[in-house]
Amino acid sequence: MSRILDAKIPSGPLADKWDRHEMECPLVAPANRRKFTVIVVGTGLAGGGAAATLGELGYNVLNFCVQDTPRRAHSVAAQGGINASKNYQNDGDSVERLFYDTVKGGDYRSREANVYRLSQLSMGIIDQCVAMGVPFAREYGGTLANRSFGGVQVSRTFYARGQTGQQLLLGVYSALSRQVAAGTVKMFPRHEMLDLVVVDGRARGIVCRDLVTGEMKRYAADAVVLATGGYSPVFYLSTNAVNCSATSIWRAYKRGALFANPCYTQIHPTAIPQLGDYQSKLTLMSESLRNDGRMWVPKAPGDKRRPADIPEAERDYFLERRYPAFGNLVPRDIAARASKVECDAGKGVGNTGFAVYLDFADAIKRLGRDVVADRYGNLFTMYEEIIADDPYHTPMMIYPAPHYTMGGLWVDYNLESTIPGLFVAGEANFSDHGANRLGASALMQGCADGYFVVPRVVAGYLARGGHGKVTTDHEAFGAVEDEVRRRYDALLAVKGSRTVRDFHWDLGRVMWDKVGMARDRTGLEQAITQIRELREAYWHDVKVPGEAADFNKQLEMAGRVADFLELGELMAMDALAREESCGGHFRAEHHTPEGEARRDDENFMHVAAWEHKGDGQAPVRHVEPLVYENIEVKTRSYK
Amino acid sequence: MSEMTIHLKIWRQARGETKDSQKSQGRFVDYTVEKVLPEMSFLETLDLLNEKLTRQGQQPVEFDSDCREGICGTCGLVIKGTAHGPNPKTTTCEVRMRHFRDGETITVEPFRAGPFPILKDLVVDRTAFDRIQQQGGFVTANVGSAPDSNAVPIPKLDADKAMDAASCIGCGACVAACPNASASLFVGAKISQLSYLPQGGPERGRRALLMIGQMDREGFGDCSNHGECEAVCPKEISIENIARMRREFFKGALGGHDRKAATGD
Ligand SMILES: Cc1cc2nc3c(=O)[nH]c(=O)nc-3n(C[C@H](O)[C@H](O)[C@H](O)COP(=O)(O)OP(=O)(O)OC[C@H]3O[C@@H](n4cnc5c(N)ncnc54)[C@H](O)[C@@H]3O)c2cc1C
Ligand code: SF4
Ligand code: FES
Repeated sequence: MSRILDAKIPSGPLADKWDRHEMECPLVAPANRRKFTVIVVGTGLAGGGAAATLGELGYNVLNFCVQDTPRRAHSVAAQGGINASKNYQNDGDSVERLFYDTVKGGDYRSREANVYRLSQLSMGIIDQCVAMGVPFAREYGGTLANRSFGGVQVSRTFYARGQTGQQLLLGVYSALSRQVAAGTVKMFPRHEMLDLVVVDGRARGIVCRDLVTGEMKRYAADAVVLATGGYSPVFYLSTNAVNCSATSIWRAYKRGALFANPCYTQIHPTAIPQLGDYQSKLTLMSESLRNDGRMWVPKAPGDKRRPADIPEAERDYFLERRYPAFGNLVPRDIAARASKVECDAGKGVGNTGFAVYLDFADAIKRLGRDVVADRYGNLFTMYEEIIADDPYHTPMMIYPAPHYTMGGLWVDYNLESTIPGLFVAGEANFSDHGANRLGASALMQGCADGYFVVPRVVAGYLARGGHGKVTTDHEAFGAVEDEVRRRYDALLAVKGSRTVRDFHWDLGRVMWDKVGMARDRTGLEQAITQIRELREAYWHDVKVPGEAADFNKQLEMAGRVADFLELGELMAMDALAREESCGGHFRAEHHTPEGEARRDDENFMHVAAWEHKGDGQAPVRHVEPLVYENIEVKTRSYK
Repeated sequence: MSEMTIHLKIWRQARGETKDSQKSQGRFVDYTVEKVLPEMSFLETLDLLNEKLTRQGQQPVEFDSDCREGICGTCGLVIKGTAHGPNPKTTTCEVRMRHFRDGETITVEPFRAGPFPILKDLVVDRTAFDRIQQQGGFVTANVGSAPDSNAVPIPKLDADKAMDAASCIGCGACVAACPNASASLFVGAKISQLSYLPQGGPERGRRALLMIGQMDREGFGDCSNHGECEAVCPKEISIENIARMRREFFKGALGGHDRKAATGD
């Protein structure tokens, strides 16, 4: 039976909700905190921030990551920047405006109260990061510098060259290091969480595989926080790191946590196009490039002249033409789809025809090469190393690529999933970005969740009590560990003929072609069948070398791909059920005469959250209605 | 697009063989990879090899990587005798095959250094870096206690210098390249970053003493100005940071900070 979900949004005016809620959250006295153990899975901005802050407060924290050190969590790769409504540029920014931009950017599919809280907390993030020694870009006068990102008309993005994520993450890592030294945080690098342990309906622990020895290990706690990032590698090729996975949230889903809006994925407009089928990932070219780069294609389909030989009058600056108000800085979903439209019409460039130009000639003329190099030098170098072409002279070639997943585990206002005691933060949850995330807002959400929200709401949960102590000797731990062990042994036992990568690649093709930038009923139905067949084939024909009790990268990947093969199907089902177009979810059946996404607010102004009912059984779709009391719901326009 | 054949001489070592016996127990094994394209990355070539080995029922070569775009610091191989390969300013994952010749033989080894025990094949344990960081690579600033971020202006030049030093990705190439296996470039970079910023000020002396003390305890060697570290560093961390680290250390010592803690006596 389908349920209506309660997000437990505090009452009262929007602007006061979080303050009031913080006041109403019960507290744990300092001396009692060390008696509580909190498991935090993930050391990115969300997980690392939460672990360090909980440690600072005196809780006993166990923190896990798959990398060899917490400083390499995937947040490290974020390039462009982080938003905050500081209004340092005096261009009319405010908490309200950031809130409005984010809700509109998400195509009216996010939860008002969460987004408002995010906007409010944004300012404290910048203060905190500066205090920890994050070297943000500055003006000559010594104040902080800003740049613009897509979908907004103010300059509110703080940055550290093209390495903002790295610098923010190193801030988190330093805070974590301090807590490790203080003995409050215990760090478990190269430990992969493979399942969640639920005791008496509450999240009480995890089972991990030690990625060095292959040993299965159990950990018990009073609360569990998952901050394990996004699942874009379900497409195989994406801008994400090769170890990013859905495993932790997928396993939690199979233990009863609801999965919200799995089909909401962000295809980023500006990545280096795919070059061949040997590729292991796609490289992002930051959205900040659209501050100064102009996107264009030749006006005539099939025009194979070199870009320099195509005169101005024969070029189509398609974003500027279609969206004069925002030009090259329209939101990502819009820019990505517009590029696809041009390529599908035969105007794409490069060998494959699946690329458009991003041209800096005008910017170099206007600002000089040095200024352009100062702003984007590292990105230009990266591009040149990969493509062997110089973007100072020839326009970059770019094409959309899977990048970010707005979907994730369903959480209420307290970031608590439908399993009590299981909290979900950062990209792993679904909460703040609706159907499309604006640039520079993921870092903001990760930091807000990690530094500010999780510590408060977890304390509230612990203070309310009602859960006794559980140790890893509890039978539930043994049962889960056995299941995990059997799953991994089964993967090794198949001894088939095709590699893990073969299957991952095939899944990626199905996802990209049928559950990617444009989706329709026929394609989605085919995708569901094909993914089921692929999954079936996987468990009969995959070849995983080596042993369970060893360092075994292929086995790690085998487990992750097994989960992607299940998640992919749910994404297609979700996309099929959502008979409308919104943000990054574009159903070919639902568009305006100009080709823009057409929402159906009457029937779909809700979050869809799926409940697992057992393998081989249809999951149930629950809904959380979205109510907009403080913002007028409109048709999104960037014209 | 011309396909190449590449010969690889790869260090193989089973798990559990101790760090002191790296060389005696591991060994080089020869492999050949066909159909390598010039635009492929070096790690994609290893992927291709591993696909082949897996299909043939052999053990794939273990190596570390994650972002594959030069920012996370996970990858790290000694390629043709140089940490991160022959090209300057790049990480292992950024190395492209167009820099090699058809038919070339390439040796591939792990980052070798006493404090980086080999875990398996090309994978090493760099947690010693984490333990150094834990000694003082931070500013003590609890969440909730920060003033407005524009309250303390920082000259652009200082912010830029801090950022230069902060670009270190913690890959460990500097250690692998140093004849003394010194971690001075890595440690110097962190100490410098925080010394350029007013926020890092109050803990400067203590930080330098404690981090350097831990570096010694981990078994990293002394710096004798060979400069190999700077040459291989993918992020162009300048050796000036080592000089600055030394100044911070002396200032710390003169400032009467706890030398015992620093030296571990
Ligand atoms: C190339 C790129 C550029 C980007 N640029 C920007 C930008 O400029 N601005 C912006 O706002 N956003 C940007 N983003 C998005 C943003 O970086 C991410 O959404 C955000 O950093 C996610 O943070 P997180 O803390 O939720 O997860 P992550 O940083 O991904 O951390 C996940 C953590 O979970 C751990 N983990 C995962 N699974 C397991 C498991 N099973 N067991 C144990 N540990 C596990 C990992 O080891 C890691 O520590 C970018 C993303 C990419 C890919
Ligand atoms: S200083 Fe350079 S070589 Fe050494 S760890 Fe940092 S980035 Fe790597
Ligand atoms: S894999 Fe991240 S730097 Fe090479």
